[in-house]
Amino acid sequence: MTNLIYLIPVFPFLAFLAIVLFANKSKQLSGLLAIAGIAASWVISWLNFFPAWRSEHFYEHPIHLPLLAIPTGETALHFGFVVDPLTAIMMFMVPFVCLMIFIYAWGYMGVGKPELLKSGHGHDAHASHDAHGHDDHGHGNLAAQHAGERGWPAGPENVDPLASRFFAYVSLFATGMLGLILADNLILLFVFWEIMGLCSYLLISFWFARRYDDPRRIRPMQAGLKAFLTTRVGDAVMFSGMMLLYAAAAKLTGGEAGLTFSALFKPEVLEGLQHMAVPLFGNMATLIAVLIFFGAIGKSAQFPLHVWLPDAMEGPTPVSALIHAATMVSAGVYLIIRMFPVMQAGATPALTFIGFIGAFTALFAGIIAVAQTDIKRVLAYSTISQLGFMFAALGIGAYVAAAFHLITHAFFKALLFLSSGSVIHGMEHGEHHAHAHGEHEVASFDANDMRFMGGLRKKMPGTFIAFLIGGLALAGFPFITAGFWSKDEILAEAWYSITHGHGNGSLALFVFIMLVAAAFLTAFYTWRQITMTFLGKPRTVSAAHASESTMPMVVPLLILAVFALLLGFVGVNAEFPVLGPLLGGNPFHHFIGGLAETLEIELAHLPFSWTPVLFSLVVALGGLGLGWLIYGRAGKGWQTHDQLDPVEAGMRKMGLGGLYNAMRGKFYFDELYNKIIIAPAMALSRASAWFDRTIINRIVDTVGRFGNWLAYAFAGFDSRFIDGIVNGLGSLANRAGSMLRLVQTGQGQTYLLVALLTVLMLLALFAVQIAGIGVVG
Amino acid sequence: MASLNEWILSLLVFIPLFAAIVVLFIPRENERLIKLSSIAVSLVPLALSIYLMANYFTAHLPNGGGMQYEVKLAWIPQLDSYYHLGADGLSVPLLFLTALLSTLGLYYSSFTIKKRVKEFFFLFLLLEMGMMGVFVALDYILFYVFWEIGLVPMYFLIGIWGQPKDRPRYAAIKFFIYTLIGSVAMLLAILAVYFQVGTFDILEAARLQPFAGQIGIASLVFWGFMLAFMIKVPSFPFHTWLPDAHTAAPTAGSVILAGVLLKLGAYGIIRIVLPTFPEAFSQWSMVIVALGVIGIVYGAFICISQSDLKRLIAYSSVSHMGYVMLGVGAAGAGIAKIAEPGMADSMAMAINGAVLQMFNHGIITGGLFFLVGVIYERAHTRDLSMFGGLSAKIPGYYAIMMVVAFASLGLPGLAGFWAEFFTFRGAFDIVAVWAAIGVIGIVATAGYILYRIIQSVFLGEYDPHKIEHWTDMRTGQEGHEPTDLAGFEKLTLWPLVILIFVLGIYPTPLVHFFNQAAQTIINAL
Repeated sequence: MTNLIYLIPVFPFLAFLAIVLFANKSKQLSGLLAIAGIAASWVISWLNFFPAWRSEHFYEHPIHLPLLAIPTGETALHFGFVVDPLTAIMMFMVPFVCLMIFIYAWGYMGVGKPELLKSGHGHDAHASHDAHGHDDHGHGNLAAQHAGERGWPAGPENVDPLASRFFAYVSLFATGMLGLILADNLILLFVFWEIMGLCSYLLISFWFARRYDDPRRIRPMQAGLKAFLTTRVGDAVMFSGMMLLYAAAAKLTGGEAGLTFSALFKPEVLEGLQHMAVPLFGNMATLIAVLIFFGAIGKSAQFPLHVWLPDAMEGPTPVSALIHAATMVSAGVYLIIRMFPVMQAGATPALTFIGFIGAFTALFAGIIAVAQTDIKRVLAYSTISQLGFMFAALGIGAYVAAAFHLITHAFFKALLFLSSGSVIHGMEHGEHHAHAHGEHEVASFDANDMRFMGGLRKKMPGTFIAFLIGGLALAGFPFITAGFWSKDEILAEAWYSITHGHGNGSLALFVFIMLVAAAFLTAFYTWRQITMTFLGKPRTVSAAHASESTMPMVVPLLILAVFALLLGFVGVNAEFPVLGPLLGGNPFHHFIGGLAETLEIELAHLPFSWTPVLFSLVVALGGLGLGWLIYGRAGKGWQTHDQLDPVEAGMRKMGLGGLYNAMRGKFYFDELYNKIIIAPAMALSRASAWFDRTIINRIVDTVGRFGNWLAYAFAGFDSRFIDGIVNGLGSLANRAGSMLRLVQTGQGQTYLLVALLTVLMLLALFAVQIAGIGVVG
Repeated sequence: MASLNEWILSLLVFIPLFAAIVVLFIPRENERLIKLSSIAVSLVPLALSIYLMANYFTAHLPNGGGMQYEVKLAWIPQLDSYYHLGADGLSVPLLFLTALLSTLGLYYSSFTIKKRVKEFFFLFLLLEMGMMGVFVALDYILFYVFWEIGLVPMYFLIGIWGQPKDRPRYAAIKFFIYTLIGSVAMLLAILAVYFQVGTFDILEAARLQPFAGQIGIASLVFWGFMLAFMIKVPSFPFHTWLPDAHTAAPTAGSVILAGVLLKLGAYGIIRIVLPTFPEAFSQWSMVIVALGVIGIVYGAFICISQSDLKRLIAYSSVSHMGYVMLGVGAAGAGIAKIAEPGMADSMAMAINGAVLQMFNHGIITGGLFFLVGVIYERAHTRDLSMFGGLSAKIPGYYAIMMVVAFASLGLPGLAGFWAEFFTFRGAFDIVAVWAAIGVIGIVATAGYILYRIIQSVFLGEYDPHKIEHWTDMRTGQEGHEPTDLAGFEKLTLWPLVILIFVLGIYPTPLVHFFNQAAQTIINAL
């Protein structure tokens, strides 16, 4: 059965190939292939996961599967797959979440619904001409006009014209993610890492033709570019770190070029890295740890490379759930967990850097989320924030807690995104319905904007329950949600470090304060989101006419909701009163902790403490409660779509309007990066092109002309008197000119003659040179 | 098959010449026969090169990983010059690359070249002969002759079949003179070597180590060779002939120019300069590394602001060949530290990376130039601002462009990645700071591939008013809508796409060849 593991990434890849090469004419067949591919991977994964989970000492005998070797000098790079506890828990999460999202995508992309056929390019021409004016269709006219065209969303009643392409891309993505978790060395991991980056790019810019009435709003194709390039910056830095790591490790192991993770983590390598001095960073281990962490900063959208993720929401919602919430962005966290021995060898400087970035990002993104109104962008910022929690945990050495939060977060965040996609679909249905019945929607209507929603709980009860469960899990609602347990464990670890002086106490204090504040904000903006979307009364006709989504969309939601509630129980502290022993004494910690021990990662033995639990309780309930106080009570919160956010109103009253603007404007990082990175890069590009054309090329031309001139000037001279190189230059320029005249005669025989003559000429030149060298020598 | 093994390299070189002569005797009106016979005969060297590859490791290797299939006959005894051919792990895959791109080029041209068909095919075959010859010649004089034979047909291909608006004459003369300046320098260097060691044999000269211990004169000779090879590569700052030549050349000419001719320079560095002048190489290696890294970054940045698709890809060649220079230079810089643990392996990886980059750049950029040809034949423009939204209109073209462009970007899973990986893996061990600067090129490359090529050609909206007339390559008719790939275009592109995929997923066989050659070179240092 273990040999079947090879096939886990292969099935989705076969689905990808089959769709691209054969099946793309049929959207149903393409969707079925994609779902079948991931379902097969899921079955194999779980067939292997559960025996591993149940086996008592799985960490002592991980499964190794060799793949291929590439020669490198005397040694070779060996690639293979490995299944250890860390991979195993990812094998539990990734294919299952993928499967749920693929099934959901069947509904979301409208497979099975009729095609909306467009009337050829005459219509296109018309559409692109009146693109910027509002015509009598009213609001949202661009999307409506272009519905049914390739590269535009299809609208609620039709299948996306490129649905086959969508399923091909997501299948390729699944290959990347599944390969990544199985890779037994960093290079292979990087290969799959980048394949995911490609798919992320393709899927964000999936609606490649789409643009908006507001020309300043980022288009999907621009968002895709931004995502790829931003993460590429992190990847390039990480790549440098990898190269240094492998070069250094080769020295330390006596020339072994290709090292698996387990070979890399041997004490002689890690200690050897610490003994290599490097300017600025102290030692090689710290430098490599920091460089590799940059890859995670990019992929997991941590400050300062966080800017791409909110805009990545331009992709279809299943993509946001799959790539930008559950799997790819958490691959950054996975990377740092996987490479944790190296991070630990990087010692205090590296771990402090990781912890600081994580904790800062957690709060920073949370603050921005409070002021966003786009339902998906709020979730995007909350993803950034929650990933920050995980990095903060890793910074203080909370290895198991980070892994635990990674898994629970994937489930409840996928759930939230899929629910929000369902909401958006419902709103689009409502808009469509309203339009069909001659009711006019407000001009600035946007189906993603929560200000135009309200009261959806009655129209979309299934989605509401799913979103509520996901939201409560995100907020860390005590005891019954998975998010509570995983977040609580991070806080508990930080608390333990502070009180027991385990590890870096001052970092732990910083992490604790930042995360408590971030957790409070999380609960707060989650309730704000639930209120704005589902509670109160509909604020637009579209919201009033919204309808529940189809079964392929709702069923995966409800399944994921079960996990968002129950999954936390595998990681409850064994000493937690009543629940701990009842739930099997923290099997998750046992499972992953065993791996940590074999890697010599120092884990704190965490005694149960009420203080962090109380903090968790207070911030979760306090944040939800404050959200209810501000937005939820009757007469408060949102009455109309164009009113001020109560928080905004309050802040303006207190003279903090500028701060609120900054929060809504994402602290202007997009603008800043445009000024200090994009614009200078473009200027440098133009300057280089100018320099090439005007300086270098002109020098070349001048030399050429000078040679030509010399040739004429010395025409009467005997060439023996002229220096060899100048002679060659000048006369050859001349000869080339006369050859060009031959070009016009157009006879093949002449050309052969010229070719032969050239060779002869060179031989003659060569005879002359022999004499020349003879003189020199 | 002993006799075939003895003559196989000669056949590889002279069958194209034979085909060229056959073409000369076919009446020019009979274009069909000219095309057919050229393509048919060019399949023979292709088959032979595949045989060479397949047989390389199974064949008895008498020379311990060195030269195979050697032939050495007296040629010009008065000059001590021999007809000495041989192939090792470095040249065998490059012979295959040459044969493959030549065949694809001939095939593609048989559909797209409309004027002076006879001359075109004649010159193209002559060119193939010259390139093959360079990769197998082991005698300096022979090497030089083949080197020059490659130059002349290319000059005419650019000058005659270039688009008038691209200033083909200027580009052709520039290409010709620039390369000839290098040739003259190389000739002087060859003679210097000859007068020092008394042989024109490339391997023998390397063994005798001319000018060992005389770093001054060795440097002079070293730079004589390097000038020739760096112009051909082309390395910054000798690269400005390339964008002009590429822009003007016909599609198949560009393919060969980028795919094979540029490799001649890099091949010369690895075959001749590195083994023959290790001291001077070690002395000057940082200059080569620096020029390589400047080329990578500078070339990539220029690409970002190009508006002509073909010119953009030409500049991307400057950037990509910078990786070759970086890898070779890093290997040279490692010579001084060769005794350190792991250093020899790092040098081998740097060379493997450089040579892989040569091969992969050949198939990838060759593919890109075919793809430029495909769109140019339809739209009659290469101006990037004229396109947009084509991914919906011609998805077949889009799919292939995505594969090739992302391979060029160095996406793992496709061929280009392994070259970058090995180059940087070697370079980071030897010249870490320069390698780190070179990494900027990776980001900038993503910038121009996505922002310039993919976004402006394929994404966004299709505007039917920008280009009113599209040629349908299947029928030759004019229409108002772009049409997807014709059969002959698919047949041209598919072999390259498959190679890009296969070498991306399973590069081992190819690396085997290069690694063996790199090992031999490094062990001799």
